[in-house]
Amino acid sequence: MSGSQSALAVSVFLACTVEAVEALTIVLAVGTTRSWRSALYGVGAGVLALAVVVAALGPAVSSIPIGALRVSVGGLLLVFGLQWLRKAILRASGLKALHDEEAIFAREAELARSAGAGAPGSRSESPSPSLDGYAFTIAFKGVLLEGLEVAFIVLTFGTNQHDVGLAAAAAAAAVIVVVVAGVAVRAPLARVPENTMKFVVGVLLSSFGTFWLAEGAGAHWPGGDASLLALIPGIGLFAIALVAWLRGSAAAVGVPGAPPLERLP
Amino acid sequence: MKRALLAIWDFIVGDDWVTAAGVVVAGAATAALQSAGVVAWWLIPVAVALLLTRSLARHRGS
Repeated sequence: MSGSQSALAVSVFLACTVEAVEALTIVLAVGTTRSWRSALYGVGAGVLALAVVVAALGPAVSSIPIGALRVSVGGLLLVFGLQWLRKAILRASGLKALHDEEAIFAREAELARSAGAGAPGSRSESPSPSLDGYAFTIAFKGVLLEGLEVAFIVLTFGTNQHDVGLAAAAAAAAVIVVVVAGVAVRAPLARVPENTMKFVVGVLLSSFGTFWLAEGAGAHWPGGDASLLALIPGIGLFAIALVAWLRGSAAAVGVPGAPPLERLP
Repeated sequence: MKRALLAIWDFIVGDDWVTAAGVVVAGAATAALQSAGVVAWWLIPVAVALLLTRSLARHRGS
């Protein structure tokens, strides 16, 4: 392997590792907090859609306006993420019961049964025996968007160096490494308290949504993808500060059930 | 049809339409500023902070 081929392989591997980690983070988040089955269906559907797009368009895939895709996906992720984060903050502050979603789920499931329909697309956050539309959609969009970015990387780097095959192999290696790592961390993640994980998911969805929406709108983050390393803890710390603020309010008006401060996510 | 549209609205927007609208406005403002040559990567994080605080303050007030 020549020096330029090595550089191509390493560049594509690293770039695709970043994209795969971003997709994995989203899938792990919705899989752990919502439904693994639905999240994995979303992954499968995303991979299938990606395969169809790449097979149909081939090298022309690079002409898809990634900016428009980022704006729509980023905007939706941000709206979803802020909904999650708001609920998680209210729960952590004691202003919303920790397990009220189970009652909501039971009510919605009963309504669905009485209507003679399943509950796909239910916004319940409890595990569901039917397909969880939320987990499916988030995983699908995450895999499709990041997959398209991997395809862009492979095609642009590979075409430049006249070695698309090597670029594709490097990308495949990156995805395999990230997936293996994801399977390894899945079990430890399952032991994290439910509301803490939902809090983290809200932070992650809001962070990725913020990042993609701004990029799609034409903004350039200082440091590129590395800015996520500041954005994620920044939004997390801000959310924790909001919990402390709300807890102070809850204590002032005597709201029962507010968890002690040391149990905050 | 109406129920389906309401379900889509509820799925995407939820119970706080102002936050969703704020996200759209922040994205549009970022695009406008960028196209005018103004660096605007900071605008959406600021909007997120304001929208989240507003939404929680509304719940706190109720």
